[in-house]
Amino acid sequence: MANLKVNIGNLSFKNPVMTASGTFGYGTEFLDFMDLSRIGGIFMKGTTATHREGNFYPRMAETPSGMLNAVGLQNKGVDYFISHIYPEIRKYDTNMMVNVSGSTIEEYISCAEKINELEDIPAIELNISCPNVKQGGMAFGTNCQSASQVVKAIRNVYRKTLTVKLSPNVTDITEIARTVEAEGADAVSLINTIVGMAIDVEKRRPVLSTVTGGLSGPCIKPIALRMVYQTYKSVKIPIIGMGGISNAKDAIEFILAGSTAIQIGTYNFLDPAISVKVADGINDYLDRHGFNSVQEIIGALDIDG
Amino acid sequence: MKKYASDWKVTENVRLHPNYCLLKLSLDTTIPEMLPGQFVQIRVDGSPTTFLRRPISINYVDRNKNELWLLIQLVGDGTKKLSELKPQQTVNLLYPLGNSFSLPETKHDKPLLIGGGVGVAPMLYLGSLLKSRGYLPTFLLGARSEKDLLLPEEFEKYGHVFITTEDGKSGEKGFVTHHSTLRENRYDFIYTCGPNPMMHAVAAYAKQAGIPCEVSLENLMACGIGACLCCVENTTEGHICVCTEGPVINIEKLKWQI
Repeated sequence: MANLKVNIGNLSFKNPVMTASGTFGYGTEFLDFMDLSRIGGIFMKGTTATHREGNFYPRMAETPSGMLNAVGLQNKGVDYFISHIYPEIRKYDTNMMVNVSGSTIEEYISCAEKINELEDIPAIELNISCPNVKQGGMAFGTNCQSASQVVKAIRNVYRKTLTVKLSPNVTDITEIARTVEAEGADAVSLINTIVGMAIDVEKRRPVLSTVTGGLSGPCIKPIALRMVYQTYKSVKIPIIGMGGISNAKDAIEFILAGSTAIQIGTYNFLDPAISVKVADGINDYLDRHGFNSVQEIIGALDIDG
Repeated sequence: MKKYASDWKVTENVRLHPNYCLLKLSLDTTIPEMLPGQFVQIRVDGSPTTFLRRPISINYVDRNKNELWLLIQLVGDGTKKLSELKPQQTVNLLYPLGNSFSLPETKHDKPLLIGGGVGVAPMLYLGSLLKSRGYLPTFLLGARSEKDLLLPEEFEKYGHVFITTEDGKSGEKGFVTHHSTLRENRYDFIYTCGPNPMMHAVAAYAKQAGIPCEVSLENLMACGIGACLCCVENTTEGHICVCTEGPVINIEKLKWQI
């Protein structure tokens, strides 16, 4: 049994496997299928300062080896989270982390300040990359100046571990990663979904109510992996890599490319126990190759061979 | 209700019609409790065009044979592959998912179960349960033509069956809402599942007649367990997930223009 423990900021994770925000609800939805304590952490559904209804149906389209979604941050707001969800999820024996989203800097701050007070939420993921909201969201994560502003503002009010979720819909993701690192982020999470679209040719209409949406699933894995690889060479803070991870082999690719930890997203819909299987598979790989710890393979990609 | 994920064995796969099949699955252990209106998420094969699971409503649970019946319409690559499954092959299911139909208040209440096309599927299991609880269900089944009628002989086991076909070759000609039984008989509770225009027409009829009515929705979904928030329906309570707070929804809660 290899040592699977990893650290991000001041926070320790029992293994590098986490679930991605928006694909795992609050964890509660998966209790019948897996033991949540077997994974390193859970990034819960994007939470905003106030209640949001999200976008109109249809919000999803299946695409080759993946799917588009246009949920648009539907959630009941941070106060509801604190009063109704937190009392239940704080009992879970894993790192329960909140994905903080918003349309304005004030909204991000208001949400993060309240989460900061919650004893059993050890970290937040600042979502500056949601492609499905009209204002804010991804707009903050697609240029360095606004990314810098929002991370600086959050760093002032949020004392615990902070990771910033980056958008792939940029020319150079490493610029944004360096910017948020300079503002004090403890880690970067990448990638969020890639903007895409699908058309119903019979109706000659877009499939999604919002016309475009966020593409996820195995189809985006090579792009995500490339972005992790580039970012690893560009920043010193840990990377939480994600994008189409479906099995332990995919997860190990992300770790070799430079991820300290990984998140599983869309594949939770296909196999609700996949995250535990990936954690076990990483351990098997390390044992098989004679590594004592997962730390030994972070960024251990051998380019020159 | 506890949910499960496991492999089921195909016992039979009957092609009822070029576009429909009846897939019968069995489990090594006793099938857990499943309620009428609930559905399963079936894993096809994870290939590029059939990546996500397919939500299929529970058509019937045969407790004697420990079999689950799924009535499947072939609409795309996923359902086509399911129609090609052979006995002894296995498929992975998440089950049982979603809520269920509610029962009428008293045993004297006459329930009417209206299904159109493949939407007849949940009505069989509901009808069997209603009958076993002492109700007298009536079925009103709509189909494009006689050959599109699905499992009429199964429905006859549990109650009286009225039929409408668009070509009039079987039962009365027209849509379900045109059937004379709606004028001639009084029903106390209506359940419906089928194409959206049909469910809208049934809901409008029920509302106008003052009869409680529940519809079973088939919104596009990804996870089936309330995690992705893709399958939402806009209701008087805001956007709710059809996979967890549905698929059965009372028309009073819907924002349909009826």
